[in-house]
Amino acid sequence: MSSNTAAVRMRNITKTFGTTVANHDVNLDIRRGEILALLGENGSGKTTLMNMLSGIYYPDSGQIFIDGQEVSISSPREAFEYGIGMIHQHFKLVDVLTAAENIVLGLKEEGRLNLAAASERIRKICDAYGFEVNPDQKIYDMSVSQKQTVEIVKVLYRGADILILDEPTAVLTPQETDKLFAVLRNMKKDNKAIVIITHKLHEVEDISDRVAVLRRGEYVGEMITKETNAQEMTNMMVGRAVSLNIDRPEPKDVKDRIRIEGLSVKSEDGIQKLKDVSFAIRSGEILGIAGISGSGQKELLEAIAGLQPVEAGSISYVDDSGKAVEMIGKDPLAIQGLGVSLSFVPEDRLGMGLVGSMDLTDNMMLRSYRKGRSGFTDRKTPKALAQKVVEDLEVVTPGLTTPVRRLSGGNVQKVLVGREIASAPTVLLTAYAVRGLDINSSYTIYNLLNEQKKKGVAVVYVGEDLDVLLELCDRILVLCGGQVSGIVNGPGAVKEEIGLMMTKLGGGRSE
Amino acid sequence: MFDLVSFIPRAVAQSIPLLYGSTGETITEKSGNLNLGIPGVMYVGAISGVIGSFLYEQSGAQINGFLAIMIPLVCCMIGSLLMGLLYCFLTVTLRANQNVTGLAMTTFGVGFGNFFGGSLMKLTASEVPSIALTTTSNYFRTTLPFAESTGWVGKVFFSYGFLAYLAIIIALVAAHVLKKTRVGLQLRAVGESPSTADAAGINITRYKYFATCLGCVIAGLGGLYYVMDYANGVWSNDGFGDRGWLAIALVIFTIWRPNIGVLASMLFGGLYILYLYIPTGMNLSIKELYKMLPYVVTIVVLVITSMRNKRENQPPASLGLNYFREER
Amino acid sequence: MNKKSHTPLAHISKRKVLPWYASWGIRLTGIVLAFIFCAIVTMLVTGENPIQIYATMLYGAFGTPRKSWVMGQETAILLCVSLALTPAFRMRFWNLGGEGQILIGGLACAACMILLGDKVPNAALILIMLIGSMAAGAVWAMIPAIAKAKWNTNETLFTLMMNYVATQLVAYYIIIWEVPKGSGKIGIINQSTEAGWLPQVGPSKYFLNILIVAILTALVYVYMNYSKQGYEIAVVGESEKTARYVGIKVEKVIIRTLILSGALCGLAGFLLVPGTNHTITTTIAGGRGFTAVMVAWLAKFNPIAMIFSSLLLAFFGRGSNEISTVFGLNQSFSDILTGIVLFFIIGSEFFINYQIHFRKSTAKEGK
Repeated sequence: MSSNTAAVRMRNITKTFGTTVANHDVNLDIRRGEILALLGENGSGKTTLMNMLSGIYYPDSGQIFIDGQEVSISSPREAFEYGIGMIHQHFKLVDVLTAAENIVLGLKEEGRLNLAAASERIRKICDAYGFEVNPDQKIYDMSVSQKQTVEIVKVLYRGADILILDEPTAVLTPQETDKLFAVLRNMKKDNKAIVIITHKLHEVEDISDRVAVLRRGEYVGEMITKETNAQEMTNMMVGRAVSLNIDRPEPKDVKDRIRIEGLSVKSEDGIQKLKDVSFAIRSGEILGIAGISGSGQKELLEAIAGLQPVEAGSISYVDDSGKAVEMIGKDPLAIQGLGVSLSFVPEDRLGMGLVGSMDLTDNMMLRSYRKGRSGFTDRKTPKALAQKVVEDLEVVTPGLTTPVRRLSGGNVQKVLVGREIASAPTVLLTAYAVRGLDINSSYTIYNLLNEQKKKGVAVVYVGEDLDVLLELCDRILVLCGGQVSGIVNGPGAVKEEIGLMMTKLGGGRSE
Repeated sequence: MFDLVSFIPRAVAQSIPLLYGSTGETITEKSGNLNLGIPGVMYVGAISGVIGSFLYEQSGAQINGFLAIMIPLVCCMIGSLLMGLLYCFLTVTLRANQNVTGLAMTTFGVGFGNFFGGSLMKLTASEVPSIALTTTSNYFRTTLPFAESTGWVGKVFFSYGFLAYLAIIIALVAAHVLKKTRVGLQLRAVGESPSTADAAGINITRYKYFATCLGCVIAGLGGLYYVMDYANGVWSNDGFGDRGWLAIALVIFTIWRPNIGVLASMLFGGLYILYLYIPTGMNLSIKELYKMLPYVVTIVVLVITSMRNKRENQPPASLGLNYFREER
Repeated sequence: MNKKSHTPLAHISKRKVLPWYASWGIRLTGIVLAFIFCAIVTMLVTGENPIQIYATMLYGAFGTPRKSWVMGQETAILLCVSLALTPAFRMRFWNLGGEGQILIGGLACAACMILLGDKVPNAALILIMLIGSMAAGAVWAMIPAIAKAKWNTNETLFTLMMNYVATQLVAYYIIIWEVPKGSGKIGIINQSTEAGWLPQVGPSKYFLNILIVAILTALVYVYMNYSKQGYEIAVVGESEKTARYVGIKVEKVIIRTLILSGALCGLAGFLLVPGTNHTITTTIAGGRGFTAVMVAWLAKFNPIAMIFSSLLLAFFGRGSNEISTVFGLNQSFSDILTGIVLFFIIGSEFFINYQIHFRKSTAKEGK
């Protein structure tokens, strides 16, 4: 390792959760005056590793040195005392408190609680870096990026000199990202040590000095950013040189299956999530939906599935004879009652698509338990289906009676997708179907989607990885701030063009 | 004619145990612990004070005013504190279900109170059906000197024992601490979102223990007030009745604000005895319906706050849930 | 803060799933420890040796045929209420209103007995009471359920308050119907005609109650585990989002389940008023609405396991009653012992769900 003492040295860190090994024998150095990008796929253990620095988790084994001295960080408070501040992906803010109250929370200051003085200091920090925070605003009144700003100000307020940011740009517009990166560079000049967790390569290239890569909980190596390139980083991240090579069978017998016109959706707290969205989902093709996260993808799919109240517009299902029926105002059961066979693989697999504490058989039953007139459930058919899904999709599970919560992410997704396609849908909606999955599982999913497409199913694929969208989808709809900024054909589409469309309407999200 | 001058002091006397109980429970709930053991705690607090004072009165020593107050007071606080520690050990350290633990504590505490209430009578070998700690009670009931001489003003404002004023002071101080101080801010954060508070470096376990134990001690004083002041030092089994649950109702009614509790408890106390002041003629049954009022009013408040769904008026977000940092 | 390196003494982590025999073994250990601790407490109070104490408790529970029947009755009623609460608890709806739902069910029966006692044939009267008690209990549980479904009102607090509304309502009718006037009591209803009394079936007046609850246990078990509605309850309890996703109407399930829960509590009132006591008081539920919460929780909401947990709690109730009588103690002694047993079992759950790792090699592994 380098001669100048690293701000943080982590040695042989191992952490397990139940049977899952989140980190295994990881070594990592963090230096002052440097921005380190911690790169890795979803589930590679980046967040867990950093949580052990911030005192959220305690390592099973291994050592941590701060400025050369071995330390034990068993609580976040101790982390603060070592100057470590972490900005979590899921904000650690108390909704009913104000920004200022959140910022001073947990601080050991002398004397009485003086929120006025705190607000003054917060304003100063904001002025220095160009942030905009109203110290007296309640958190529940804030937008996502405002909340993140509060988080960053909180860490600065504490004078942290080792900063960890966990996927900070996931919720930001490009402009907000630029602003954030400018701040980070200022802090680097200030000789602070900064770690940014991400899996976006262009950000790594843009901001970092050094890259450390984790793969499946293990440390695979590090590089100086200037001396490497995206291809090399990808290879390290996924473990072998990959050239995405996803099949795209020629669409056949394409016709409109669902027509959406003028769809507008407001969230419960009155924020416009979708505005005047119109497009068609066609049978026999895969329609990709691209956009910065939170651009209305979730609301769009849930509106089609009958789970989201709609403000205005029309969603009509067109059957083979060309007859159209309106789906708005119907719940999932009523939509089924119309003869529409619609399957939906939601983003939140265990919280929405499946019941984590139930076993495979009972989860298969979710879709089918109503069948038959008897008041009692039939477990034979779902059990057979569970068996079939396990065999066909090579689900790794100790048995059919294992609660699905205990399966790994990829296997959970196979169970969910297996169940959803088992009902022979005519429409298949998928949200982030390969998020957190390894390469093999991802390809299994792509193949399944393609099979459905060949059967004439209208498939919707909401994705975050543009490369996958470009190779898999026949058409790509780009959402920006709840509006359609364009629909492009998959073959021949240019990545940069889509990237631009994602931010075209003056920022990713709008009110 | 409605006799306000006699009604108010009685309503206030009724309100004090409720105020202690609800202030204690509010502090507890602010830490995210829903302590349904409060009725039991109040019994334990009362009987602990009674035992202390009983032993002192029976010891044959010259009764000293200071000790006559301090001994039951300290015994009461120790008894309730132990209950608080038990609740915390089970729910915070061992992360047991809060509802079940609380109900078990109520079973235990009420049984404990009634058992020793009964056994102490046996010890005295007297024929009286209940314990009467008249001497001690007189110290507790000592009112401000000018209560008698100032007419209705004295009756309404000055005719109470010191525990009554203490209850109001504690409630107001609790309200101030919760709203204005660092400790209060951090306690609220613990109850709203323990993981956030934890990440901010607040010791969740310590806050939960501290708030719950303090809450139990305060609630226990309500039991002591009831037996020493309201009941003239006479213990009767089940005499305290359902006031513990009424105190929990009061927490909801005041939407977790102890300062509102000062007036709200008097309203509850008034509703509790309103039936005595309603000219019902021969129809005694109506009085039972009047006793229903505090609960009905609480339900109405509970439903209205949930309907309006205003963020500030909701129960602490993590109420009833235990916290384990490494939950995934 | 000093920068000295230190390691926490013990570290707690979530356990992987224990095999069923290990988890029941831990619970059993908890119960055994509780028994030992209770014996010590009783020894201190009574000065008897522990074996004598448990012999007395056993005698109190099963010493004579009559005592055994009373024990069976106590277990049955407690089990009935626990079964009633089960569907709600499986749905993660904390129905703490069992007490009030029992009372209202009992009140409906008493009303029928008093008002219809000499007007309709006995069989019809019993049928009316059965339906009336269940309907009354259902309504009482449905009110908080509607508020929960519509506005997400906190059900723990709402159901708790409903208990006292019910108590006062019963108190009101007791005075309206009091016999003799001014006594504040109703006394035995229809003493001479026995109109509306459940007939004695089999060897004891308690046999019918026990039989009804035995059948109910099987029904609730089948309902929870094999019916479509039971499955919906489990899904709603685990995740409302998943339930909505598959088209389950969550509001409807909440209200329907609480109607069932309340109706079964009302049935307990039916077993108590025309089935056992032939009168009504404000304390007729006797805290069973709360004890049943613990019974159901101890059994992990499994109706079969509930037979044992209700037996355990009924045993402590009856057994320590006997101790109080024999040793001249106050009746409340049983509450103290019950509390202690509960604390031990509640505490033992920790060792099922978590394990402790001690850092120092000198400390031995937690159980």
